[in-house]
Amino acid sequence: MKKYKIIDHTSDLGFEFYGDHLKELFVVAGEGLFSAIIDCEEVLCVEHFEIELEGADLEDLMVNWLRELLYLHQVKRMLLKRFEILEIDEAKLKGRVSGEKYEERRHNIMREVKAVTYHDLKVKETNGGWMTKVIFDV
Amino acid sequence: MDLEKIDQYRWRIPMSGKMKVPGIIYGSEKMLSEVRKDNSIQQVANVAVLPGIVKYSLAMPDVHLGYGFPIGGVAAFDWNEGVISPGGVGYDINCGCRLITTSLELSDIKGRMKGLVDALFNTIPTGVGSSGNIRLNRSQERKVCVEGAKWAVKNGYGIPEDIEHTEEGGALPGANPDRVSDRAFERGKDQLGTLGSGNHFLEVGLVEKVFEPKTASAFGLHEGQVTVLIHSGSRGFGYQICDDSLHRLTQHVRTLDIELPDRQLSCAYLNSPQGRDYFSAMACAANYAWANRQILMHLTRETFQRYLQMSPKELNMRLVYDVAHNIAKKEEHIVDGEKRTLCVHRKGATRAFPAGHPDVPIAYRDVGQPVLIPGDMGRSSYVMVGTEKAMEDTFGSCCHGAGRLLSRHAAVKKARGRAIYREMEDKGIFVRAHGRSTLAEEMPEAYKDISDVVDVAHNAGIAKKVVKLRPLGVIKG
Repeated sequence: MKKYKIIDHTSDLGFEFYGDHLKELFVVAGEGLFSAIIDCEEVLCVEHFEIELEGADLEDLMVNWLRELLYLHQVKRMLLKRFEILEIDEAKLKGRVSGEKYEERRHNIMREVKAVTYHDLKVKETNGGWMTKVIFDV
Repeated sequence: MDLEKIDQYRWRIPMSGKMKVPGIIYGSEKMLSEVRKDNSIQQVANVAVLPGIVKYSLAMPDVHLGYGFPIGGVAAFDWNEGVISPGGVGYDINCGCRLITTSLELSDIKGRMKGLVDALFNTIPTGVGSSGNIRLNRSQERKVCVEGAKWAVKNGYGIPEDIEHTEEGGALPGANPDRVSDRAFERGKDQLGTLGSGNHFLEVGLVEKVFEPKTASAFGLHEGQVTVLIHSGSRGFGYQICDDSLHRLTQHVRTLDIELPDRQLSCAYLNSPQGRDYFSAMACAANYAWANRQILMHLTRETFQRYLQMSPKELNMRLVYDVAHNIAKKEEHIVDGEKRTLCVHRKGATRAFPAGHPDVPIAYRDVGQPVLIPGDMGRSSYVMVGTEKAMEDTFGSCCHGAGRLLSRHAAVKKARGRAIYREMEDKGIFVRAHGRSTLAEEMPEAYKDISDVVDVAHNAGIAKKVVKLRPLGVIKG
């Protein structure tokens, strides 16, 4: 099964992500976010970050997760490739992500993703799995 | 949703459900059929639900789908009883435009446009998360938050006259850097003097047509003149402030008695600590943006001088005006014959104050405020002037640009197998861009025709056309 699909939004970039379980959903969302930024084949996993987050509900948790990943990209200049969710429930998660720092001569950035929005945000259980819909501001 | 036709260029969304006021959309019949395709009419109606909204929820003729508020949305809230919403300002706080004159005519740069565009592209940091040559420590960043463009001029990036020709004198009052997060400061520390990516650009253009000679002359513009138009905002700094505020207010709004049709409409009462905090942080980002555009202009002036080997005096690069088009401001307006203090949200909308208004620079007081409307990179941009009618009908506001027609995804698909930069060059427009997808996403066909948008604003009387600019060279992120 395809794990994500791009949806049309006039000014920005929307995605639907799918996972067999919640952990996988969050992993796929992380991969999907960075797929909009760079071809992951160009990225090595040399630096690691531990992430612990809370959210008021699953939707909030999803946005916080993606915001945190984007923060590592925007401020720490990280390109992330591997995402692991160690623990997750409705209100918090613990994860580990790996990647490397952006280097102009090796990395071809496709576009800038500027923010993760709450617009039309969904996290829901489907037939035997999970899906989320997220719009990124680009 | 049913729309009632008011006149040739205005459509009313009648009150229904929890709407406190009606909605009004500007547009021609043809444009409305496009607008109906996305959800922006619903978004105009959603804004009308928010507490303290005054008169109506407005959409300018370039309206399209945004987050929470539509892009092209204007809404005014009572300063004492109303709300302020980050979604009504947008992520790129004080995204805006500035227009610069030169003494050059087309013949002066004949055969040199490509070189000039390259020189600008090599000097001005553009593109993804680009960092500039200015590194700010925390105390300098705090000063930028409060002083805006004035900080830039004080530090050698410009001249005092630039400040007089900037909306709000380049510094919105009420900024408080204590309300800004560490993350925002981190993102902002090396981004001052950078153009950014997406739809941001710097365009060398030509005054192709003059509609109002007297006003054009007051603005220092004449036919055949080379100009520079800069479109940029508050970069990662503003984004982070919007992001932080949305996050905080999404939690806060749950504690209030406000039922929101959309999470991205989260807000706070203006007279609450949460509302004041957002306003103070937003003002910091607005001021950062004015400093940013001021520095971008300074870099542009230096590049022109160096590349063309001309002195500042010979080039005469004057700032015509700098306007914000993503902002919330405290303003006084007459509502039903009574003067009231309002918080006017303009999200993808430009202030358009008339002649005689005290906030219009003295040099333009007799004609009105310059309104800068950039188009796509292949067609044209316009300079308009604010009117009394805008004051009466739109809280002194007008459209801000063309508005997208195609999604970025659809644009990239359509551009597949084409060399957009070559198509542009065939039209005599030299383009340089960083991002691999930028040119495809930003190609002219991805946007509505700016002339249609501007004609609606002109005919509806909320601004009047002054000059039309044609692009010669563009740098993008």
